[in-house]
Parts: sequence; structure tokens; C-alpha cells
Amino acid sequence: MRSLHLLRAEGGGFVPPSSNDFNFPSFFRNSEYFTKPILLVFLSVLMISIFFIMASRKAAIVPSKLQFAGESIYGFVRNDLAKDIIGHEFMRFVPYLFTLFVFILTNNIFGIVPLLQFPTMSHVSFPYVLAIFTFAIFHYIGIRKQGIRKYIKDIMFMPGVPKAAYILLTPIEIATYLITRPLTLALRLFANMFAGHLLLLVFILGGDHLLKGVIGLKLISPFAFAFGIGLTFFEFLVQCLQAYIFTLLTALYIAGALADEH
Amino acid sequence: MHSINLAAEKINPLLPHTAELIVGFVAFTLLFLVLRSKVVPMFEKAFAARTEAIQGGIEKAEKAQLEAERALRQYTEQLSKARDEAHSLREDARAQGVAIIEELRTKAQEEASRITAAAHASIEAERQAAITSLRTEVGTIAVELASKIVGEALDDQARASRVVDRFLDDLEIH
Repeated sequence: MRSLHLLRAEGGGFVPPSSNDFNFPSFFRNSEYFTKPILLVFLSVLMISIFFIMASRKAAIVPSKLQFAGESIYGFVRNDLAKDIIGHEFMRFVPYLFTLFVFILTNNIFGIVPLLQFPTMSHVSFPYVLAIFTFAIFHYIGIRKQGIRKYIKDIMFMPGVPKAAYILLTPIEIATYLITRPLTLALRLFANMFAGHLLLLVFILGGDHLLKGVIGLKLISPFAFAFGIGLTFFEFLVQCLQAYIFTLLTALYIAGALADEH
Repeated sequence: MHSINLAAEKINPLLPHTAELIVGFVAFTLLFLVLRSKVVPMFEKAFAARTEAIQGGIEKAEKAQLEAERALRQYTEQLSKARDEAHSLREDARAQGVAIIEELRTKAQEEASRITAAAHASIEAERQAAITSLRTEVGTIAVELASKIVGEALDDQARASRVVDRFLDDLEIH
């Protein structure tokens, strides 16, 4: 945020927020490991761990409010995502899907938490890491379940399709499994968070800038802020939705790898 | 891979950053391990305990209901058995009563006829005794009469003898 204000001050006129606003300077010894996004990621790990350990510690039959809150989130991932999509083998994947969901959700919501106000997932490296995990897991499961030969054969030559169709289908299938799936998974999350944050920047920095202008512009400024606030609620929806979609698609890919037929 | 220090330059936001990749990997793995070892088993334990508690409660209730039904059936059975028993007892008692009355009646009749017979016998004996004593008395009276007649009307012997005969004949007839 420091850089933003410096830039605005230097230019005089309004400089629209850009992708550069997503880059933060190091705050310790100029090290790359001490930046806001990295701090936020560790903060999320700490917060999630503490919250869920506290919530699950007692494991009471009649839950406290805290346990109920934790259980609701856990139960949602366990039953509505893992169980319904993956089926009887779902329990093996619950820890991963649960971690994925709460990790993405927390880091997304950081985007609208006062003072933090930065969605970590708008730094593409983090979605990439998560997509790589999912990619590795569902291929590994597929290979272990069906054997490497059959798994690759089923991807390259989808069963029950006329031979001529393979000319078209084989490249598409290979691209789907190796490139499209992990890439779209990562980019969907990244782009939503990136665009959402940019949108908030535009309205809030814009409102701020209008406030510094002549009297007429000052009057318009509250509308920009109001819009910014409205968009914050919208962002909350998007943040939850994206966490859900990432987890849902991971569960679907796992279910697909476990199924005998593709 | 770009460097954050070059913040002022235009940076492609699609390119990953080495430090962030490493941190993302480490942080996510760390979180995964914590949640898998500490949180998921505890929640599963709570779920299992809850399922068991609910299921156990249902099973217990079912068992109690079965037990109650069994007891009810048993009691009903016992009750009807007792009722049957009472009924048969009553029947027996009635039959016995009838038999006793019958027996008593027979006995009374026997007694009555025995008394009647005894009375008849005693009357007969008394009659016999009366006849005997009467005969003796009549003989005495006859002798007396005869002596009187003989004493007073010896003159008419034939008539006297006829009187005696007629008298005796009368006695014979009676």
C-alpha cells in the first residue's frame, strides 16, 4: 500500500490501479520471504490451525458453539463435497479436501478483512501450488487404481468411441488431463481474486481521489465509496464461491480417476 | 520468475514467484498435516460418537418396546389362563353342589321310607298284640258271659248253646 500512495502523490493526476499494485516490498532485510502475501499465508495457517484445534478438541456429542461452527465447515466439505461426489472411498480424501477448502477460503477472505485487505490467492504462485497438488493427487490415484498402462490408454483412447474420432479426441483428452485441468483450476481462482481486488481498488482509491478534487467531484466521491462497499459484499460471495469451486473440481477429478470408465 | 524488488516495473502477474511457491508448498503441507492429525480424527470421533449415541438410543428404545410387548402378551396370557381356571373351578363347584344335593335328597328319601316302614311294622305288631289281647279278653268275657248265661238260664240249654255258638262265630268272623 505504501507504493500506491507514493505513486499517487508523485503523479498528481489519478493513476488507475494496475497489476503493480499487487506487488509488495520486502519489509525485512530485503528478503523475498518477508512480504505481505507470505505473511498472510502463514497467518492463515496459524489461524485455521488454532480455530479448528480449539473447535475439535473436545469432540463432544453435544457440541459447543465453537465446535458446532467448526463441525459445520468440516461437515460441509466431508458430506456435501467428498461423500456425495467421491462415494464410498471418500474418507481418504477428506483431509486434503478439507485443508484445501479452508486454506483457500481463509486466504480469499483476507481480501476484505480490515487491515489485512489482500487476497493471497491473487498472487498466482499460491493457486499454482494448490493446482499442482490436485493434479498430482488425481493422476496418482488414477494410476494406482487402474495401473499406469490402462490409465494412460483410457485417457488417450477413450473407450466406446469410433476409431476415427480419436484423431480429434486424443489430443483434446491429453490436453485436458495434462494442461487444461490444472491450469484452469489455478487461473480461475487467481483471476477471480485478482480482478476482485482490482475492482475494489478502483472504487476505493477512485473515491479517495475524488475527495481531493473540486467540490463537484467531492459530491460524487460518496457514491464511489458506497459502490466499493457494495462490491465488498459481492467479493465475499465470490471468495466463498471460488473456494467451493476449487474444492468441488478437485473432488470431481478424484472421483473421475477412481471411476473405472472415464 | 520475477523479483519483487522490481516492483516499479511492469510484471507479468501470471508468472509464479519462487519464494511464494516454496512458502505456499510448505504452508499448505503444514496445514494439511495439522488438520489431518489433529482435527479430522477428532471431528470423526465426535460424529461417530453422535451416530452411536443416536443409534444406541433408538436400539435401546426398540428393545424396551419389545420387552414391554412381551410382558404384555405374557400378562394377557396369564390373565386369560386364570380366567379359564376360575371358570372351570366354578363349574366344578356347581357340579359338586348338585351332586351333594342329589345325594342328600336320596338319603332323606331313604330315611323317610325307612321311618314309614318302621311305623308300618310297629302298627302291625300293635295290631297283632291287640288282636291277641282281644282274643284273650274275649275268651274271658265269653267264659264270663257263658257262666252268666249258664247260671241264669240253665233251663233253656239249647238256646244257650246257640247263643254261645253265634257269639263264637261272630268272633271268628271278626
